[in-house]
Amino acid sequence: MILTIAVQLGLAMMTLALLLNLWRLMRGPDTSDRILALDTLYINTIALLVLLGIHFDRQAYFEVALIIAMMGFVGTAALCKYQLRGDIIE
Amino acid sequence: MLVEILVSAFVLIGASFALIGSIGLLRLPDFHTRLHGPTKATTLGISGMLIASGLYFSTTTEGISLHEVLVLLFLFITAPVSAHLLAKAALHRRVYSLAKQPENRPPPLTDRPSPSQGGE
Repeated sequence: MILTIAVQLGLAMMTLALLLNLWRLMRGPDTSDRILALDTLYINTIALLVLLGIHFDRQAYFEVALIIAMMGFVGTAALCKYQLRGDIIE
Repeated sequence: MLVEILVSAFVLIGASFALIGSIGLLRLPDFHTRLHGPTKATTLGISGMLIASGLYFSTTTEGISLHEVLVLLFLFITAPVSAHLLAKAALHRRVYSLAKQPENRPPPLTDRPSPSQGGE
C-alpha cells in the first residue's frame, strides 16, 4: 500500500525531472549544455527504469538499465572528445 | 512491513535528489555551475533508487539481488569521468562563464557571443 503510493510518487517526480532535462536539451545556449542535458537524461532514464521494475515487479528491467548506462557513457565520452579535438577516433 | 517502509523511503529520497539535480540543471546561471546538478545530485538520486530496488528484490524473491550493485558500481565509476570530460570540453571551447575573466583572453569558440568581449 505505502510502497505503491511511494513508487507512483517517485515515477511522477522522475517524469518531471526528465521533462526539465528535455527543456534544457532544447534550450541550452551552448553545445556543452546540450551534452550535459543528454548525460543527465540517460542517468534519469536508468532511475525511471529501476522504478518501473519495482512497480511491475519484474527483474528484466536491469539488463536495459545496464545497457543504457554503458552506451550513455560511451556517447557522452564520444561527444566530449569530438568537442575537444574535432574528431572522435584519430 | 518494515522493509516496505524502508524501500518507500529510499525511493522518495532518490527521486527527490534526482528532481533537485534536474531543477539545478535548468535554473543555474552558467555552464560550470550547471555541471554540479547532474554530477552530484543525480548520482545520489540514482543510488537511492538502486538501493531501494535491491532491498525490494532481495526480500520478495529468493536469494539476494546483485544486479543493482553492478549498475551502481558502473555509474559511480563513469559519472566523474564524464563530468571531467564535459568540464574539459567546456574549458576548451571557452563557454560563457560568470567568473572573472583574464584581460588578454582569446575570443570564445562558441556560437554565443561572450558579454566580456564587448558586444561582439
